[in-house]
Amino acid sequence: MTGFLRTAWLVLRKDMTVEVRSLEVALTTLFFAVSTVMVFAFALVREGSAPDDGAAGILWIAVSFAGTLALGRTFERERQAETLRALLLAPAPRPAIYVGKLLGIVALLVGTEIILVPLVAFLFQAPLFAHPAWLLVILVTGTLGFASVGTLFAAMLIRARSRDVLLPVLLYPITVPVIIAGVRATATLLQPEVEFEILRFWVALLVAFDIVFVTLALWTFEPLMTD
Amino acid sequence: MKRGPDRREAARASPLDPSTSLPSTVLRASPSTSLQSTGLPSTLLRAGPSTSLRTRPLTPSIGHVDFDRLVVDDVSRHFGRRRALSHVSFEVLQGTVLGLLGPNGAGKSTMLAVLATLLRPTSGHVRYGSFELDDRRPALRAAIGVLGHDLFLYPELTARENLVFFGSLAGVAEPDHAALAALEHAGLADRANDPVGSFSRGMRQRVALERALIHRPRLVLLDEPFTGLDDASTGVLLARLRGLREDGAIVILATHDLDLAEGLLDRAVFLRDGRIAETLEQPDALRNTYRSIMTRERP
Repeated sequence: MTGFLRTAWLVLRKDMTVEVRSLEVALTTLFFAVSTVMVFAFALVREGSAPDDGAAGILWIAVSFAGTLALGRTFERERQAETLRALLLAPAPRPAIYVGKLLGIVALLVGTEIILVPLVAFLFQAPLFAHPAWLLVILVTGTLGFASVGTLFAAMLIRARSRDVLLPVLLYPITVPVIIAGVRATATLLQPEVEFEILRFWVALLVAFDIVFVTLALWTFEPLMTD
Repeated sequence: MKRGPDRREAARASPLDPSTSLPSTVLRASPSTSLQSTGLPSTLLRAGPSTSLRTRPLTPSIGHVDFDRLVVDDVSRHFGRRRALSHVSFEVLQGTVLGLLGPNGAGKSTMLAVLATLLRPTSGHVRYGSFELDDRRPALRAAIGVLGHDLFLYPELTARENLVFFGSLAGVAEPDHAALAALEHAGLADRANDPVGSFSRGMRQRVALERALIHRPRLVLLDEPFTGLDDASTGVLLARLRGLREDGAIVILATHDLDLAEGLLDRAVFLRDGRIAETLEQPDALRNTYRSIMTRERP
């Protein structure tokens, strides 16, 4: 287990170092996410009033679109110098490499959400920070569910010629339940009187999706990447 | 890139020949030389052919696999209906440099990918001593070093960071120390903290070779290692490969550069259309053999 965690940490640290040096993925992801939110804000907010639950939907649309972009760019970087092949050649457990890559994507998306959430709260006049702990749980579990499938697919498609088209085509149908659960949980949080029973249901659903998706990805990563 | 007699002479020259312009750190100590007098870090001081490949300790979690021969037994690999390899068999003993030669699409890179555990053969077996391809894969990969046509380096990271990262992944016990020693070997110690993206192709190739060797693999696989190298870098690489042979490694290289291969190889396997077209136990006149194979009728 120590070797597993150590490998995951090494891959995560490497990804973070590369990203801090280049800022390539972080800046493009953030720019795209902010642009999406701005467009929806100009389209939907009239005289300072937004549609009910609009903020929740826009937040998760921005996260999922930006996440797809981040996944593509992150693995494109590994493809350019064939470094993913070098990772697979390393005498390390391959699921640990997956976990390292996954945590890197999650960290990147959570970083984007740190900018995105206040922006959505401001533009849509949404009380997103009324229950910050719950918001954090929803964002982390939702992001993990989305990124767990996305990391597996992006790694699988690294050699596909039309990977940029295939990634969203494969990813969105499978992650729709996660996005819906994320939207409903966030929308519940935005109500004047939060119904915590309903909120707990959606969060439990997100956790369940995380467990299923991460387990399946860990199980399938090695055989999928071997050939 | 310069080709012809000069490169061929470089390939034949002794690794201790000053005319190959090797950095002093690459020169190996002879038995009569005081090891300390070479100025090499202690991890680079080599005890002898049978032990030197395991002088750098790996973390216990990876385990240990060692072997003295590689057996490729009737290996075929198909991609859909295309046969990239068809009934290929050969055997290589430790301390041997084997060349995989042949035209583009002959199956050289596929063979290397199979040996590197990246591809499973459709049929046939690969045996690393007493281990099969599917036995203890991570431990087996710890005994394999690969230098691909692409260099497997992160351009944003420094040379040192790249080597420390891959050394750590490979389970090298002191990756920092090993990385510095490797950069000494490559003659790039003064560029250790520069990003690899700022290096020339030859310098990157030298770092990539050290990346492939940082965990002292028993089996070294190289795909077109001379591509883009000038004569000085070619000399360094050739000396390194000879050093690996003397250390008892099994070196398999796929190359088009027959001039360089001729002075280096102990055995040569010619592939064409995924099949073995010829095997030479004492490779010389490679170009004539190559021409003869290429003019044959396809089977």
